[in-house]
Amino acid sequence: MSETATRAPEKSGGIRELRKLFAGGGRQYGILGALVFIIVFFQIFTDGKTLDPINLINLINGNAYVLVLAIGMVMVIVAGHIDLSVGSVAAFVGIVVAQVMKGLSFPGLPEGMSSFLTVFIGIIVGLIIGALVGAWQGWWVAYVGVPAFIVTLAGMLLFRGANQFVGNSTSIPVPQEFKFIGGGFLNDFGPDFGFSNPTLILGALVVVAVIWQERRSRVAQRKMGADIAPLWVSIVRLVVVLAVVVGATLLFATGRVGTSFPIAGIILGVLVLGYSFLTNNTTIGRHIFAVGGNWRAAELSGVNIRKVNFFVMANMSVIAALAGMIWIARSAASGPGDGVGWELDAISAVFIGGAAVSGGIGTVAGSIIGGLVIAVLNNGLQLLSVGADRVQMIKGLVLLIAVGVDVYSKRQGRPSIIGLLTRKRGGELDVSPGAKPAGTQTPTPSAGGAEETVRPPDQQPRG
Amino acid sequence: MELEGNSEPTILEMRSITKEFPGVKALDEVSLTVKVGEIHAICGENGAGKSTLMKVLSGVYPFGTYAGDIVYQGKTVKFRDIKQSEADGIVIIHQELALIPLLSITENLFLGNEPTKRGVIDWVSAQKMARDLLARVGLSDDPDTLIKDIGVGKQQLVEIAKALHKSVKLLILDEPTAALNESDSQHLLDLLRGLKGRGITSIIISHKLNEIEAIADEITIIRDGKAIETLNVRDDGVDEDRIIRGMVGRTLENRFPPRIGDVGEVLFEVKNWNVRHPLVADRMVVKNSSFTVRRGEVVGFAGLMGAGRTELAMSIFGRSYGVFQSGALFKDGKEIKVTNVQDAIDNGIAYVSEDRKALGLNLLDDIKRSVVSAKLSKISKGSVVDKVEEYQASERYRKSLRIKTPTVYEGVNKLSGGNQQKVVLAKWMFTDPDILILDEPTRGIDVGAKTEIYGIIRDLAAQGKGVIMISSELPELLGVSDRIYTIFEGAITNEMSADEADPETLMKSMTSTEKRAPKL
Repeated sequence: MSETATRAPEKSGGIRELRKLFAGGGRQYGILGALVFIIVFFQIFTDGKTLDPINLINLINGNAYVLVLAIGMVMVIVAGHIDLSVGSVAAFVGIVVAQVMKGLSFPGLPEGMSSFLTVFIGIIVGLIIGALVGAWQGWWVAYVGVPAFIVTLAGMLLFRGANQFVGNSTSIPVPQEFKFIGGGFLNDFGPDFGFSNPTLILGALVVVAVIWQERRSRVAQRKMGADIAPLWVSIVRLVVVLAVVVGATLLFATGRVGTSFPIAGIILGVLVLGYSFLTNNTTIGRHIFAVGGNWRAAELSGVNIRKVNFFVMANMSVIAALAGMIWIARSAASGPGDGVGWELDAISAVFIGGAAVSGGIGTVAGSIIGGLVIAVLNNGLQLLSVGADRVQMIKGLVLLIAVGVDVYSKRQGRPSIIGLLTRKRGGELDVSPGAKPAGTQTPTPSAGGAEETVRPPDQQPRG
Repeated sequence: MELEGNSEPTILEMRSITKEFPGVKALDEVSLTVKVGEIHAICGENGAGKSTLMKVLSGVYPFGTYAGDIVYQGKTVKFRDIKQSEADGIVIIHQELALIPLLSITENLFLGNEPTKRGVIDWVSAQKMARDLLARVGLSDDPDTLIKDIGVGKQQLVEIAKALHKSVKLLILDEPTAALNESDSQHLLDLLRGLKGRGITSIIISHKLNEIEAIADEITIIRDGKAIETLNVRDDGVDEDRIIRGMVGRTLENRFPPRIGDVGEVLFEVKNWNVRHPLVADRMVVKNSSFTVRRGEVVGFAGLMGAGRTELAMSIFGRSYGVFQSGALFKDGKEIKVTNVQDAIDNGIAYVSEDRKALGLNLLDDIKRSVVSAKLSKISKGSVVDKVEEYQASERYRKSLRIKTPTVYEGVNKLSGGNQQKVVLAKWMFTDPDILILDEPTRGIDVGAKTEIYGIIRDLAAQGKGVIMISSELPELLGVSDRIYTIFEGAITNEMSADEADPETLMKSMTSTEKRAPKL
């Protein structure tokens, strides 16, 4: 393959160390750079409004549902499928949950207990319905063999209609207590230092986790006898990551009185950690990448392809259910127009985050960063009073250019221009969000959209 | 005779063609002279370089990617693609037909070459021309019939009609009768004779030596990328045995490891194995096959392409191919149930595919993840993969199999064919198999790596494992195996120990159904 032959020679010295700084490589760091650039750009042009605590909280709360969806979507896309139904599924689950909670009442119980039960039952019902919808779609994809595009296109219509059927095409309000998962905050406690105490504690926990993770990864690297990055690399990386964590903590802790790091953000964080671990460190995660990378080879390695396909599709709908509930909690009601176009936002996030259209490549962390790029862009343009018409045009172009640049550089046999610094992978036991992307795949010339066009002629001389 | 030979005009002269792939010299100074109006056969084992030579000729491998000259109709030609060679009247018909099943005969005939009137396809004259062309190849089917509704034999004829439409002067057929039955083959050969009468020159690549003997004027034999000899069928009194001798008659170099270790008791047995084609209900691809593998033994399977070797192997490996009909598997004398790949792995059966890129590896993955991918449970607690153990396991194989790579973090797509093959071997050795089925384990890799792989195979046998090796290369089978089965048209035709086998007997059993009594 000429692509492999013309690969850039190994860099030495400083560049290599620099790469080790963010060892783990992949396109996400290129996108991370783009995200930082966009944030700085808007911070300057909005006179500091972008990184204002109130705006940040809005940003998280207003986009949590897309970021949550992106986590499920990246697994679907890595496995080689697509899910167009997530918006409709979210809306359908939302309306059922709202309806159920509206109908519940526990006359015998005290007020607090009653509302707790209502919310609890509502959430459980929502997740169960998500799982049922997922099992339905997963069955069609995995066991009947209908392409996911078709199954979920049908699901898109089916569950949109079901939403309007259940809700009679009207909005249904949700109880006050339910709103905390979409727009709530941690209750403040303890002495008043002018900061939100729970946010500080949360920040401190993350700091400890990041340091512990870095240490663990060095220990593992030593055990694996891999070339360990020099200590200063670890320290510099820690300093950078911790600075971001501490900065974010202080920002979120100094918002309006009564606010903290939002609950929706915490839910998101837990999901990112959990699913990064799942995709990176578990057998089912490996199987998803194996099926997406080469399903026939996976099948001949004993992977149960149907189970994997069923799992990713079912899981996606459960996540869509969660996204739907976060959304109705934030908007205080479930309506017939909820979730329209969400699938496209989630899919864009995943592709901006470095996933390959042909499957087999993609990471949870990358998709979250991709989702944040869209979110910050949305938010910043709104702050600059750019109209919705132009915002859409800009978002479309960003998606096209992000993937286009990637495909182009792969076809040139170079690593992605934006991922140039980060091609080498090191030890990878890490799952913390700021530190390490999950399931990293080295960018390859045969990956992604370029695959079909640059496949070299038959290499095997056959007589 | 010499004089006579020189006076006949030649249509094609390929001079000292050399074509290299990374690590493999597919063609080494091959020269080929084809006279006007003759049928010229090219014979050789699988992988000898026949198809590569034809791809060079037709521009599939463009000018500049090979060394040497091609002189066609007196002029040196430099084809950059297949369009240019077609414009000069060279048409190649590949083994896999290039017809579109859901289009009609007419549409296929004129695909890319449609007769138009003011930019619009002129279906009326297309129909008329189609009937004409079909008549010339002896087909009377309605030109509106879809390609998928006519048999392979007729499809082959449609391909030839398509070539006639392009006013072909030199027709190249790659294994034209491989998929045809006796009468279709006969019809095709008659047609070739008819074309010859009309002055069309043909080059035919075929494994069916009886057909070649019957139809060819001259035969060029290619072996290991070199043109060995050109025989004149009438003058030289060529028969099948003579061709076989040319195809296999090389001396075995000293590149095979010694057979060490003792062959033990029967480890694995396949009894009366029957498998039918996955799509065609009445076509059996494996017919009543039975064989045994002993501990510490390398059992070779010889057969030509399409004989059913891979189908047999894959159907044993968890019914990965075709539709299982009947048969039983025994390990250590006890019957085992193997209905899917996981069963096969659990029972200690491993299958290394002949197509490592399509079936053996996830090319997006790195070495360490590939090595452990067939038995993740071995390094997982619960369902969490232990990455340290993964690293250590892959590192062990990197060292013991000498996989050439800076680290096991490297992507497998960056490795050479030989090293990729070692990764696949490592992947299956990691599953602790007792029986390894290796399907063309040295295909497309260079000589040095081949020798290393032979060493690995003998090592596995020395450890008491049973190894089944499928190969198209007879020297390799003779050099590495202890015992060899031959397979032809889905049935096992012969069994012999490697010591008493020789290439010519093998080739005979690989090309005929005649069942010989197995030697004891």
